[in-house]
Amino acid sequence: MTVQTIDHDVVSVVQAAIEKHGKNRDAMIPVLSEINRVFGYVPREAIQEVRKQLHDPARQVHIAESQLYSLTSFYDMLSTKPRGRHVIKFCENAPCHVVGGKAIWDGLREKLSLENGETTPDNKWTLVTTSCLGLCSVGPVLLIDDDMYGNVTPEQISEILEHYE
Amino acid sequence: MIKKRAMVLVSNDPESIRLGANEIVQHLNEALVTYGIQDEVDVSTVSDVNHSNILPLVVVYPEAVVYGPVKASDVRYLVEEHLYKGRVVDDLLAPPKMLTGQIGWLRGHKGYNPAEHRIVLERAGRIDPENIEEYITANGYEALGKVLSEMTPESVIEVVEKSGLQGRGGAGFPTGRKWKFVRAAQGSKKYIVCNADESEPGTFKDRIVLEGDPHVIIESMAIAAYAIGADEGYIYIRGEYGLAYRRLEKAILQAREFGFLGKNIFGTEFNFDIHIHAGAGAYVCGEETALLESLEGKRGEPRSRPPYPVTKGLWNKPTSVNNVETLANIPAIVRNGAEWYRSIGTPSSPGTKVYTIMGNVNFSGVIEVPMGVTLREVINIYAKGMKPGSTLKLAQTGGSSGSIIPAVLQDTPMDFESFRKAGVSLGSGALLICDQNTCIVDLVKVLLQFFRFESCGKCTPCRVGTQRSYEIVDRISKGQGKLEELDTLLELAAEMERASNCGLGQTATVPIRDMLKHFRTEVEAHIRSGSCPTGICEMAQEVEKV
Repeated sequence: MTVQTIDHDVVSVVQAAIEKHGKNRDAMIPVLSEINRVFGYVPREAIQEVRKQLHDPARQVHIAESQLYSLTSFYDMLSTKPRGRHVIKFCENAPCHVVGGKAIWDGLREKLSLENGETTPDNKWTLVTTSCLGLCSVGPVLLIDDDMYGNVTPEQISEILEHYE
Repeated sequence: MIKKRAMVLVSNDPESIRLGANEIVQHLNEALVTYGIQDEVDVSTVSDVNHSNILPLVVVYPEAVVYGPVKASDVRYLVEEHLYKGRVVDDLLAPPKMLTGQIGWLRGHKGYNPAEHRIVLERAGRIDPENIEEYITANGYEALGKVLSEMTPESVIEVVEKSGLQGRGGAGFPTGRKWKFVRAAQGSKKYIVCNADESEPGTFKDRIVLEGDPHVIIESMAIAAYAIGADEGYIYIRGEYGLAYRRLEKAILQAREFGFLGKNIFGTEFNFDIHIHAGAGAYVCGEETALLESLEGKRGEPRSRPPYPVTKGLWNKPTSVNNVETLANIPAIVRNGAEWYRSIGTPSSPGTKVYTIMGNVNFSGVIEVPMGVTLREVINIYAKGMKPGSTLKLAQTGGSSGSIIPAVLQDTPMDFESFRKAGVSLGSGALLICDQNTCIVDLVKVLLQFFRFESCGKCTPCRVGTQRSYEIVDRISKGQGKLEELDTLLELAAEMERASNCGLGQTATVPIRDMLKHFRTEVEAHIRSGSCPTGICEMAQEVEKV
């Protein structure tokens, strides 16, 4: 990975997130979520910037970079690594599994030549499994960015992927 | 020739006739003429009904809507509403409680579910969730008004306690008692937290409430806050529920505008406001102490208990954490009273339960029925039967850590007590119905994959136990397991149950135990003959035979 410098973009994104969610400790997860939404992951530089802006002993708010990294790695919707332009989340839980989920998972892996957690060389797709999305009545389910697809059949995979640039 | 579009059956057994069935038939025919639909609807009589307490019955097909007991004076309205305008008359529907246990004669008829009883989902799908006025029109905020103007906090707790409402998040703890503990706890600052971190696989009942009726959660939280002595509340909603988040956000703004949140609500001394907090993807945050950690901006790792949240919860203050479905019952209980609530469901588990049905059945989705309905009834009536070619092999009740029950147990009434007696957990109300093409080893492997992924890693029994259990079941699924490893699985399970810090590790063992209790032969077949009886598991035969 190339070394990035803290550019204006990271600073302003962090600033906007903090303005929206506040400066207290309980704002950290929403702030990191906001950053993840903008960049597709939480860059190291953003973690440094959040610490810089939030750590304030005078207000009894003590925040270390390691804590922010620890949060980012704990929560599934936050990523420590860059992801592709589009992220495919496939539900791997039992309700989707018993109605044909495995065939969809195999189809996705084959079509994109990806394993769980990998990104295509052209940076277009990242494929990950996810836990239940709460759409079990229309399983098997997948989520591409914010678009939900239900009752997916192996034949539909190509057609669904074609919608994305 | 005009094609008949509906068929109306009236019960004409001696009891029904005594109660006016003949008059009903006469009124029916007259009313059909009045609305000019006498050629489209057939009226007939039927005598093989065994519902002595809801006679006379009127059943409308093809939807199989059951009305009863019906009076002759109801008939004209029923014809106008249902047969002329096409709207089911809710007030005349047969009480579902009466139907449970005796529904054999309804089998095979598809269409509208006659026996739902909606309290939690009363408004979801019927009102515009983004318009507070529609909620108010549908009795909204009436209960809050009643509480603030006529009731003391103690009397609110008393009503909830008397209603027998038990927490619907999975554990079934009496809600009234929880509130009592928080009210009695030391300290002036207290919190009400709504647990909307619905992540249990197969469960989406709370999403339906949050998306379809967000104001009911605001109203109940305000009632709860008044009862326990809180002035601040949090809704912790899972990060994946974007639509629900936006609707709650909007609902809170509207409630503030209308004075249902904020200072001096209903012109009283009571102040209360709500914050929403979105999670970021972690199943374990549904555990209440992990949820509180996450709310405070930390990793969602469950705390050691005691102390319990009722004395030391959010920011170490007394806190009541209540599930969405639990809260959604509160306004109706306050409006209609504890006795009314107790008349629904079973004596030990009053009220209704929202179930999510899925799997190899004809209908998947959400239903709300009285506690005590059996799995057979759910499958045959609400799920419209198994899919063509499917027969029931097993069902998992209550999500990933729920019990896996074989088809022979499908007549156990689904309520907290009956399930407890049968050693089955009701959990979150997810009902995963599986047919003969489901391999128990494959299913349990998927469940353990979930647990090893979602274990927060804080305590060793859960972190290592879920991983090792997965590895053993994975080997079995490939035909590489050993018989003695089944004992290892049970030893691991005992340790995980004994020593895990929270419910995740303590209950991740349920599917393992049920697999070995009910399906041991099938598991052993994988080991003894290196083959999967259902042909689902991919065997690594060549590797093994060397």
